[in-house]
Amino acid sequence: MISRRDFLQASMAASAIVGASGFGNWSRLAAQQALSQDQLLEFDTFGNVTLMHLTDIHAQLVPIYFREPSVNFGVGPNRGEVPHLTGAEFRRFYGIEDGSPSHYALTSGDFTALARAYGRMGGLDRIATVVNAIRADRPDALLLDGGDTWHGSYTCYHTAGQDMVNAMNGLRPDAMTFHWEFTLGQERVREIVEGLPFAALGQNIFDATWDEPAEHFKPYQFFERGGTKIAVIGQAFPYMPIANPGWMFPDYSFGIRDENMQAMVDEVRAQGAELVVCLSHNGFDVDKKMAGIVTGIDVILSGHTHDALPEPVLVGDTIIVASGSNGKFVSRVDLDVSDGRMMGFRHKLIPIFSDVIAPDPEMTALVQAQRAPFEAELKEVIGQTDTLLYRRGNFNGSWDDLICEALLSERDAEIALSPGVRWGPSLIPGQDITREDIWNVTELTYPEAYRTEMTGEYLKVVLEDVADNIFNPDPYYQQGGDMVRTGGLGYRIDISKPQGERISDMTLLKTGERIDPARAYVVTGWASVNEGTEGPPIWDVVESHIRKQGTVTVPDNTSVEVADR
Amino acid sequence: MQFTRRETLALGAGAALVTVLPFRANAAIEDHVAEFTGGAEVAEGGVTLTAPEIAENGNTVPIEVAAEGASAIMVLAAGNPTPPVATFNFGPMAGAHRASTRIRLAGTQDIIAIAKLADGSFARASQEVKVTIGG
Repeated sequence: MISRRDFLQASMAASAIVGASGFGNWSRLAAQQALSQDQLLEFDTFGNVTLMHLTDIHAQLVPIYFREPSVNFGVGPNRGEVPHLTGAEFRRFYGIEDGSPSHYALTSGDFTALARAYGRMGGLDRIATVVNAIRADRPDALLLDGGDTWHGSYTCYHTAGQDMVNAMNGLRPDAMTFHWEFTLGQERVREIVEGLPFAALGQNIFDATWDEPAEHFKPYQFFERGGTKIAVIGQAFPYMPIANPGWMFPDYSFGIRDENMQAMVDEVRAQGAELVVCLSHNGFDVDKKMAGIVTGIDVILSGHTHDALPEPVLVGDTIIVASGSNGKFVSRVDLDVSDGRMMGFRHKLIPIFSDVIAPDPEMTALVQAQRAPFEAELKEVIGQTDTLLYRRGNFNGSWDDLICEALLSERDAEIALSPGVRWGPSLIPGQDITREDIWNVTELTYPEAYRTEMTGEYLKVVLEDVADNIFNPDPYYQQGGDMVRTGGLGYRIDISKPQGERISDMTLLKTGERIDPARAYVVTGWASVNEGTEGPPIWDVVESHIRKQGTVTVPDNTSVEVADR
Repeated sequence: MQFTRRETLALGAGAALVTVLPFRANAAIEDHVAEFTGGAEVAEGGVTLTAPEIAENGNTVPIEVAAEGASAIMVLAAGNPTPPVATFNFGPMAGAHRASTRIRLAGTQDIIAIAKLADGSFARASQEVKVTIGG
């Protein structure tokens, strides 16, 4: 029987590209049940160009737990395809042994026990050690940041992203693209970008008035590395003004703009680019579709959907690399570029096990300097948890269940809505819940916990609208989040149906009654994209609720029924 | 919170969508097409329609149409109360056969472009533009 790995290599040989991933090596580590920094960094330097990819850190400067999803459906052409495999299915697909470090880092099962065994992941000082080691191998390696960097923590909020800018500058990236950064507001983004010592890229960042490329963001940047002319083209998150409050950055328009992407690829090739890299915040399925439409991209470094894949996915002659989130991973991609084209690659998804990789002292000091002014607030213990608190999953996560519970009780409402974002680290049972932990899962610049009335009919429109953003079979119509989380409201969803027909059996859980389309319900939620939303910040709501509980216990959520497809 | 008037309007518009969404080409649209083409056959391709997959703001959606050597390009918004958006006519001296504008869309629907090409034949392109509650 042909193994998954043989198959990958066979298909690459067919397209005249020779490739190898660090996956085989990972497998051996897993078998040994032992890890060392040398093993994690072990890499047989290859070719003449090295790329390092880091994405979706969400301002997590210090090591965290982060449970990967157990529910992540693919639709249309991506049904059952990577990255829509989870848990044991994912492990079987990549030959990962149960209970191994790879199991812990990449999948969801037995998370609490494995988290206790293998410890936290990430930390910018550990990442610095990895980056420095790769630079020792290949001094001119490119470090590319896929964005969602200046968002997601207490310190990031209180410094308007400056903590992340300062810390990342210590890593010396070569280029970056964007998403949540824009929720700092366009003036602040421009202010930071003007001072960045590296390229701020986005071929799809346009001036909203004139519909032409925006002044502060270049579409691409050339680099001369390893005797090779490399073009890095940026691709920001396409649906920012829809998924996030557009009024915070009214001067900008985005979109996928794949025809402009093709024009940029052609332009850089005409200027002699031998290697074309797309630094993307499209999300994985969108990148996959784009790779099949735009010709001439060698490597897509994919961010936004937080997928971590131990091997690149090949579409035509393009390899797509997905590097996870929250600082859990750094991807290293070595490339052989000769005769003006990519001849082969070697890849490794390096897991940042914080107890295995030694922190880089300089970066530790830099991170500490960002956190020191806020240390007392960050460390204040608000309560404890008896339950594993995590967020990832298409329909619910225990963190969001807790947030919905807090909203319902603190805002005295019948139904709570919590956005289906994919950021926010996990806490394991027995852990203290600190203020920092609460902010890590709630921080954004439009935190008002509103209280309003919505009719049953409108609630259905909301659920249908969000469901189509995730389950539209055409990836270009997907925005890359998860389903809006509901508290006090149960429903049934058939993801294979078209918009307007997916949601049924909406039930008010308090009474067990069906939702009446004509009745008005008291609804609370947070992260509204509407300007002028009023209410206390969500982190205050959650903190107050947890204080009253002391120790929180979150029961299993059975309120969403996913139809058997 | 109190919803502002604008948001209330937005909510109302969203609620209206549920019954009629998405708008597709129908008989009325085909009548407009037949009127433009005089009933001639319309081939797929040969005209380029550029529009966002998801509108950032349904009230002002940038679109562009182009067809090499076309003498006219008609644009229809299949789901608008008044589907004909514009017909761009290009004279013999036209340097480019391309036009861009911004259009208002009542909801998620197909945008259709029909071009009359130099040889008198007709070409068609269409794309779904999604208008979300937020957008």
